[in-house]
Amino acid sequence: MIFVLGKMSKVMDTQNCFHCGLDIIKEEEIIFDARNFCCNGCKTVYEIFSLNDLTCYYDFEKSPGATPQDINGKYDFLDNESIVSKLLEFQENSTAIISLNIPHIHCSSCIWILENLQRLQKGISTSQVNFPEKRVRITFNPEVVSIKTIVYLLSSIGYEPYISLENYETGSNDVDRSLTYKLGVAFFCFGNIMLLSFPEYFEVKEYWLDQYRGFFRWLIFVLALPSFFYSASGYYVSAYKSIKTKMLNIDIPIALGIVVMFVRSTFDIFMDYGSGFFDSLTGLIFFMLLGKMFQIKTYSFLSFERDFKSYFPIAITKINTDASEESVAIYEVEKGDRLLIRNQELIPVDGILISEKAEIDYSFVTGEAIPITKQSGDKVFAGGKQIGKVIEMEVLHSVSQSYLTQLWSNDVFQKNVEQKHKTITDSISRYFTPILLLIAFAGFGYWIFIDANTAFNVFTAVLIVACPCALALTAPFTFGNVLRILGKQKFYIKNALVIEQLAKVDTIVFDKTGTITTNKKSNISYEGTALSDENLLLIKNVLRASNHPLSRMLYDYLPIPILQNKSANDTKKLKVDAFEEITGKGIQAQIFGHQIQIGSASFVDKIEENNIQQTSVHIKINDVYYGKFVFKNQYREGLEVLFRNLSTNYQIKVLSGDNEGERATLERLLPKGTELIFNQKPEQKLEFIKNLQEQGKNVMMVGDGLNDAGALAQSNVGISISENVNVFSPACDAILDASEFHRLIYFLKLSKNSITTIKMSFTLSLLYNVVGLSFAITGNLLPLIAAIIMPLSTITIVSFVTVMSSYYASNK
Amino acid sequence: MSVIYLLISISILIAIGFFIAFIRAVKTGQYDDDYTPSVRMLFDDELLKSAKKEKKVEKKDEK
Repeated sequence: MIFVLGKMSKVMDTQNCFHCGLDIIKEEEIIFDARNFCCNGCKTVYEIFSLNDLTCYYDFEKSPGATPQDINGKYDFLDNESIVSKLLEFQENSTAIISLNIPHIHCSSCIWILENLQRLQKGISTSQVNFPEKRVRITFNPEVVSIKTIVYLLSSIGYEPYISLENYETGSNDVDRSLTYKLGVAFFCFGNIMLLSFPEYFEVKEYWLDQYRGFFRWLIFVLALPSFFYSASGYYVSAYKSIKTKMLNIDIPIALGIVVMFVRSTFDIFMDYGSGFFDSLTGLIFFMLLGKMFQIKTYSFLSFERDFKSYFPIAITKINTDASEESVAIYEVEKGDRLLIRNQELIPVDGILISEKAEIDYSFVTGEAIPITKQSGDKVFAGGKQIGKVIEMEVLHSVSQSYLTQLWSNDVFQKNVEQKHKTITDSISRYFTPILLLIAFAGFGYWIFIDANTAFNVFTAVLIVACPCALALTAPFTFGNVLRILGKQKFYIKNALVIEQLAKVDTIVFDKTGTITTNKKSNISYEGTALSDENLLLIKNVLRASNHPLSRMLYDYLPIPILQNKSANDTKKLKVDAFEEITGKGIQAQIFGHQIQIGSASFVDKIEENNIQQTSVHIKINDVYYGKFVFKNQYREGLEVLFRNLSTNYQIKVLSGDNEGERATLERLLPKGTELIFNQKPEQKLEFIKNLQEQGKNVMMVGDGLNDAGALAQSNVGISISENVNVFSPACDAILDASEFHRLIYFLKLSKNSITTIKMSFTLSLLYNVVGLSFAITGNLLPLIAAIIMPLSTITIVSFVTVMSSYYASNK
Repeated sequence: MSVIYLLISISILIAIGFFIAFIRAVKTGQYDDDYTPSVRMLFDDELLKSAKKEKKVEKKDEK
């Protein structure tokens, strides 16, 4: 019923494309099968689906599709057997499995169509989607269908897979599921022991209970073994490691508590002294593992470990000496090779341009969206994306020696970051452990003169009851909760350690281009003779045909002029004749009998009076020069307020790879005392952060491009700003959605408050310890009391931290 | 022998049975993706519907 309604509303809605949901430009509208489409591509996809009876695709979600992109020649490397075999997860004569990453997966329609691939293509037997990871796993028969055909099929229906160098040599990767197993075992033991312990809790002198007491106890003992030896094993390893490195962490008292509890309980059962503490022991292990599990919040669709490999293609077209073309793996590219780079392809190595001209978009590297024009003989650097025609280049350095990729040979990327910082829990346990041992020995020393037996009981009871389970649970549950809250607000954090680091930050370094500026919008202003509405209309129509980023931006910027003497329809549609786009220069076209030229200064024969570096587009109509549109960096919304608020508590610096062109604007915009440093190379950015750290600063780096990757890795907290979290972000500790940039200060505040929450909760759990210790030291700790105190403290701590951190989060 | 030994051992055996089922479920990756199956579950109806249509088309072709 719902589906029917959905369909009806779709038919009635004529504004948006039935397939992709984008606005339809009137003059390009295609009506097919009583549906409206914005372009031929979308219509073709619909045709494919309706031919194969797969139109259910449109029932689950409204306009779920994407316009298929032109990929001619892009996947030719899939003909190369050795490359293909590296991509496959599994291969046998008639069965092969491949996992493909498809960024467009976003709704249930996507799942449905991708799991019905076998109906579109013979040879595919099954396909399974992993939605959170945006992957599809396809089982197919390589004798019937090739990978290339599958990739082309996927692209033709708008689900182009993303194949990068990262996929090279992945094959099947093992997932670490040990924590799930451990948790399962711990829960199994805990649950059964709880049930079997019940008779002991109601210890009444009764014949029936006495009869089976031994049996129950031995059963409990056996059930506790897997929990003790397997589930808790991580704590022993960690405690051992921390003793070895002489860093007292929280796992030492935990491991000590667990071991003492186990030994004492076993002793009790063997000697028939009592029932032991196995119920508390297994419960403790279970709750602590649960906390560990809760703390790990993974965003499967994000990757925090990306390096250049995620962005570089797997293979590239090489031109042999006999002018034949061949796909070769990137790693096999050598100095002196000639490469062919197609439209939208990434340049994988440094080289020299052979073709006459090229427009290279370095937005991956610098965040700068406006492409740079290169002439024949110019050096082109790895990481740039070719826009426009096919170009040829000669290789200067192999992949690993290229300008950008060299950054990754820096030590920062080799380091194991795990042990870099001390957590708040560990620093508390530095005091906790010695005090605990002191109390235990003091109790033992006091009782030994009265009764040796009680002395041993007291000694073990102190270690058992003080086992800092509540302490150990505080941080995981607080951070786990904060991670989830922040994740909902589009601030994705790698792990709990990062929150602690965030709270310690005192210096914030921002990258300029792409981080504090946005590359989506540009601040455009016009200088020159005023343009009439008619002229504006002509310009807008010419621009529509161009794919150059500047044209797109200008097109979006120009208003649709409403002409009085024409009807609304006429103003929208104008036929463009003789359209020509000249790479690196501009566009010219005939429209309505007018000759229009839009492009660089040299293109319209205009001599620039001043040499200030600025991006501009000049306009010439019918050989008359009118003026120019000047593009300025558009700073993100709320930047000024954010910086003003941040500057009261933090030191702010701006680090840019650009020239000083924007210095004056930035100085006006940002609070006084903000340090501005320009012309920074990737390595220099890294060094800059390192210097600050050597001065004892806790540095947070906010960046976006691959050129910030070194600085992001070096900093205490590296945050990557991303316009589209699914697409691009260099290796970092956290990914922030660009639309939430202005809330950075709130995130920092929340991280500080979560530390406060933890401190309050520590006080609370220490109170519990004092109560427990008073029982222990007086020699009154019965298994029943332990079984009450431990879960009680756990529950109060967990609910306390959850409520407190949620409260702070709602405090905007 | 008392019946309690028998009952306890049966209950433990059943518990172990469930435990093994859990381990197998984890091993085969059922806990790796906890979202897609919830969506996939709702597809079956549509699949059948369109499958029937397909059959009808085939029959027409035969005629």
